[in-house]
Amino acid sequence: MSIEIILSQVFNGLSLSSILLLIGLGLSITFGIMGVINFAHGEFLMIGAYTAYVLQKVFIGHDSGTYFLFSLPLAFLVAGGIGFVMEKSLIRFLYGRPYESILATWGLSLILQQLARNIFGANNVEVTAPEWLRGGITLMKGLQLPYNRLFIMAIAVLCVAGMYIYLYKSTGGRRMRAVMQNRDMSACMGIKTRSVDSLTFAIGCGLAGVAGSAVSLLGSIGPSTGQNYIIDAFMVVVLGGVGNLAGTIAGAIMIGIASPVFEFITTSSMGKVIVFALVIIFLQWKPSGLFALKTRTLD
Amino acid sequence: MSTLEEEVKWTAMLSIKGIHSSYGETVILRDVDIEIGKGQVVALMGRNGVGKTTLLKTVMGLIQPLSGRIIFDGEDITGWSPEKRAVHGIGYVPQGRDIFPHLTVQENLLIGLEARGVKRPSIPEGIFELFPALKKLLSRRGGDLSGGQQQQLAIARVLITEPKLLLLDEPTEGIQPSVVFEIENTIRFIKEQGNVSILLVEQFMEFALRLSDFCYVMEKGSIVFKGAVGELSKEEIQNHLTI
Repeated sequence: MSIEIILSQVFNGLSLSSILLLIGLGLSITFGIMGVINFAHGEFLMIGAYTAYVLQKVFIGHDSGTYFLFSLPLAFLVAGGIGFVMEKSLIRFLYGRPYESILATWGLSLILQQLARNIFGANNVEVTAPEWLRGGITLMKGLQLPYNRLFIMAIAVLCVAGMYIYLYKSTGGRRMRAVMQNRDMSACMGIKTRSVDSLTFAIGCGLAGVAGSAVSLLGSIGPSTGQNYIIDAFMVVVLGGVGNLAGTIAGAIMIGIASPVFEFITTSSMGKVIVFALVIIFLQWKPSGLFALKTRTLD
Repeated sequence: MSTLEEEVKWTAMLSIKGIHSSYGETVILRDVDIEIGKGQVVALMGRNGVGKTTLLKTVMGLIQPLSGRIIFDGEDITGWSPEKRAVHGIGYVPQGRDIFPHLTVQENLLIGLEARGVKRPSIPEGIFELFPALKKLLSRRGGDLSGGQQQQLAIARVLITEPKLLLLDEPTEGIQPSVVFEIENTIRFIKEQGNVSILLVEQFMEFALRLSDFCYVMEKGSIVFKGAVGELSKEEIQNHLTI
């Protein structure tokens, strides 16, 4: 195999990593903070993708070059807003009940997909990438780095940096980490844990929405777009260790690169099997993931 | 409002009236009445597993009582959430200390102030006069501190929020003697300030009696003995504490 092919697989992998990272961040913090396994998380990605699609329709004929820049924050707000409403109306009844939460959020996922089908039709739709995202940088013969994939990576880096600053430098982020570490004690310190939950869930959904906007650059989108990513995103979270930024990043990079590489070497389905098997073997060795939160327990 | 309640409003910081609590299936507290005056230190003693921690959790709101009422600073707080109780002035130092392990000492100290909406809060210097050891540890993670340091941090963390009532759950448990001495001095200092009431849960009788004005002894979820410190006989308490 030639070096260009390997490099371009790794590069494609990294852009997949970026998307998985954006989805995984939300999944990881909602599981870490509320013990809710959100199977509908992929649908928030779909909501973000349709946001880009709708915005494109609105902007068509006007200024189709910049609409995409608006679609990213808008997707964050739309997906985050819908997430906020879902949290208030459904998810909050599922706290600390992971098994029930799987069933309920799976149902929610089906409902959201059907809603998308009713509104936008069952067929996939295209989001045209703006002019300035076409083409790419040619590094060597046979190896071109497409701008749209580079752009997706840049979005992921920006979002992770934003999330890092929020979590570790802001008072809101500190409250979020406190609730994640000890919910009861956080309440005893006067933290309104319920508001922290709603906000966390909304931010997680918003990030998935941004991922959805990004995904629309890579191909057509449809009601089941979220389903293509959700399982990989779960693997990222499990591999990285729940509720941990560094772990989610490492997990996303590993899964994102391993999937296309193994799929290239073997076949599409065999590649998935290999990645799954590797993750399972890894978890036998380190059950709480790459970056398990370690602490000195009281003597 | 009855005259009794009016009276309570003026004399007591906390009155616990006829509390029954259960933890899962078993009833742990049976008809518990406790009264704490303003600035008073009240000790609650008893062997392991008699319901002392359950009582503190009930006062904090982590456990909802089956029946009974909790009056704090003139308000019936029985149905309130823990965060509302905290903001109204109940500070809790739990048995396991419950320091946020991945927050730094500084973050652990600031979080209570921030939860009360204080913009850009700073740690008052007075805290470091009480706990000089914490000053050098500010950037360390809470989980990396020793048991004694965590205990001091846990007390400092609630004192910063200027509570009216402090709930201390076995502050000497598993702590080396030199730190026990420091903690005793701290509690005495808070007592001398006179504006914080303390409910002190302890098994270490000498420690509790040196600090408190009044004492209750609990057995199997009920109060079996109470009396003002100074008038009571240590032997009688000892009988309830030894197995």
